[in-house]
Amino acid sequence: MTIRVTLPYHLRNLARVDGEVTLDVQGPVSVRSVLDALEARHPMLRGTIRDHDTLKRRAFVRFFACGEDLSLEPAEAELPKAVAEGREPLMVVGAMAGG
Amino acid sequence: MSGVRVLVGTKKGAFVLTSDGKRKSWDVAGPHFAGWEMYHVSGSPADPNRLYASQTSGWFGQVIQRSNDGGKTWEPVDNKFAYDGVPGTHKWYDGTQHPWEFKRVWRLEPSLTDPDTVFAGVEDAAMFKTTDGGKSWAELPALRTVKGDLWQPGAGGLGLHTILLDKTKPGRMYIAISAGGAFRTEDGGKSWKAMSKGLLSKYELPDPAAEVGHCVHCIAMHPSKPNTLFMQKHWDVMRSDDAGETWREISGDLPTDFGFPITVHAHEPETVYVVPIKSDSEHYPPEGKLRVYRSRTGGDKWEALTNGLPQQDCYVNVLRTAMAIDTLDDCGVYFGTTGGQVYASADSGDHWAPIVRDLPAVLSVSVQTLK
Repeated sequence: MTIRVTLPYHLRNLARVDGEVTLDVQGPVSVRSVLDALEARHPMLRGTIRDHDTLKRRAFVRFFACGEDLSLEPAEAELPKAVAEGREPLMVVGAMAGG
Repeated sequence: MSGVRVLVGTKKGAFVLTSDGKRKSWDVAGPHFAGWEMYHVSGSPADPNRLYASQTSGWFGQVIQRSNDGGKTWEPVDNKFAYDGVPGTHKWYDGTQHPWEFKRVWRLEPSLTDPDTVFAGVEDAAMFKTTDGGKSWAELPALRTVKGDLWQPGAGGLGLHTILLDKTKPGRMYIAISAGGAFRTEDGGKSWKAMSKGLLSKYELPDPAAEVGHCVHCIAMHPSKPNTLFMQKHWDVMRSDDAGETWREISGDLPTDFGFPITVHAHEPETVYVVPIKSDSEHYPPEGKLRVYRSRTGGDKWEALTNGLPQQDCYVNVLRTAMAIDTLDDCGVYFGTTGGQVYASADSGDHWAPIVRDLPAVLSVSVQTLK
């Protein structure tokens, strides 16, 4: 399944990508499986979105899709069908904080 | 052709300032890693083209960058700093115990002899080491066994900010932590000893002469006299002549003995520089005058260096890792301010001029002498 992911400005710079990232994700499409594929493609992103070991989301990172904030959903929860089918991106967003 | 490369970390990116040996005209490159807090950028003494940078963000955490071409291009390396074993707790601001949590790298100190070996001082305070150019990091955990449960963060965090390597004794390192104190190892980090005899922190600690917990802001050493250390403590400028076993105060006639950085002249081991700051509740220079103070007597007697520095309405601060020297024949002295200026003197501090005036707040300054 080809999944679209948008990254915040600083992480696009770190990963040296322009625009959206497209990823092939095997099996159920969840935040966890998408981030697994993202970090496999761009290892420099490890630790910047979620903790290296616990895989817990960093406090000031949010996950949006289809007009919903999915940040507090379980990481294994399946993402909306529109994301799984590549019609909508999973948005990784830097939370509004710090002025 | 001799020259210098000044590596500047700021709140919003890193800058590389280069000049020839005259240090009159400067090339300014940057910002690198724009928008990120750059706590430290440093070069390998063994390979001046090998640089390391600590890139941090409240949103996205820690990234370590490495350059193999003097800062023209960079590549991210490993950013995983995992404490060894069960990390335990240290003292929190309110006096309770708080779990050790990695936040950022404050200091990257490359080995004197191997470009792939680097020591990292981190917050919450601990020492890490890489021997593969940053591909992996491992803690030197013995440091935190020196009463680490009694260390307590200062206002800026519980950061390990100073790492001094002794070229005459490869296993010896001196390090300093705000607010854990100063420590020495003679065996490359397998064991550590607190260096606190003679330190007094009567406004900061219930036991002013405690073994650990002193808010040491910076320590400095001349490579030819590695048993002599100079310390800017929260309050008090101190000196040790026995590798940190004992300390005596050398604040002497300074206008205030609060401050952050301290450094030693490249060719005169008894010439020391500090930047007095009014107080811990007013982080700016006394009387609005930005003055570097120089002692040519190893302390006690100090002279104000003002030529070229603002002498009215100046209310910037100079942070603990934001002053450095070069080793050219006429020793250069450099410091950066929270107002974004980087000042340089090419004559041991007698005359100063800004290299740049309007950078983001400067967090760190380090210097490579290119010969």
